[in-house]
Amino acid sequence: MIRKITYAIFLGIIITALVLFFAAFPFGKNKMAVGNYYLKNDIKQTGAANVVTAVTLDYRGFDTLGEVSVLFAAAAGVAILFYVLGEDKKKREKQVYPNFIVRVGSRIIFPFILLFGSYIFIHGHLTPGGGFQGGAIIASGFLLLYLAYPGESVNRKRLSVVEGLAGLTFVGLGLWGLFTQGNSFLFNFLPKGQLNMIFSAGILPIIYIAIGFKVASEFAGIVDDMMCEAVCRGGEK
Amino acid sequence: MILYASWILIILMIILAVLSVQFKDLIAAVVAMGAVSLIISLLFLFLQAPDVAMAEASIGAALTMAIYIIVVRKTERREK
Repeated sequence: MIRKITYAIFLGIIITALVLFFAAFPFGKNKMAVGNYYLKNDIKQTGAANVVTAVTLDYRGFDTLGEVSVLFAAAAGVAILFYVLGEDKKKREKQVYPNFIVRVGSRIIFPFILLFGSYIFIHGHLTPGGGFQGGAIIASGFLLLYLAYPGESVNRKRLSVVEGLAGLTFVGLGLWGLFTQGNSFLFNFLPKGQLNMIFSAGILPIIYIAIGFKVASEFAGIVDDMMCEAVCRGGEK
Repeated sequence: MILYASWILIILMIILAVLSVQFKDLIAAVVAMGAVSLIISLLFLFLQAPDVAMAEASIGAALTMAIYIIVVRKTERREK
């Protein structure tokens, strides 16, 4: 009883403090100097219609490389955790598949999910969204297939190849800008093009497509690891 | 209008967050957690941050929930 009263009192204090703290901010106006700079110079300097993409890939491109590396480390960590000796002998058990409608419906919906995810990361520099969101949507499409067919699995070798090529594209473009064109990593060396067209903003769409493939393959790998942990039998534990 | 809607959503979100801790049935707890993520993504949309809303909806509400459900299926469904 005393514990619950203490909880309630502390919760009350925290909520009051938070409300007072956030009430002090004038919301929606008085942007910071950095934000004003980005909003004013984004189109002239990067050519991207979506300011968020301009910030994450152009002004803060190196941070995004760090973010991608963190995701890679997380996916590798999951893979290492679930790796068991004799991985090749691990077999997916003959599962009881879900009913007919789920199986056929997932096969019909899957290409549309792929299309939607690709749309989101290809148009990352024009509309809201980008590589991370599109990749996560594609991975959720793979998740749907896993739920409908628990006994099947994606080809992990191909996933690794796609992931490696995408990461190489990102770093290679950055190094190309560093050594040949400008004097900074991820220098935007391609022509800016016309605003609001698909071929605009220089290297930003290429990088977002690479990030989309990378994120999708990493999340699909994580889903595959978790799913195999639930349905696989065999291998030395 | 959107202000009142977001108030209702915030209250619903707090209730769902408390419920996801209190539920003894772990699948129900995971579903409540996914609903919290979905409501957060709606609130991001109201705050005109569609980029973040998309990431939250696809990762928080879809992938994380699926991974938790797989874990619950592998272990035990009811909390002791």
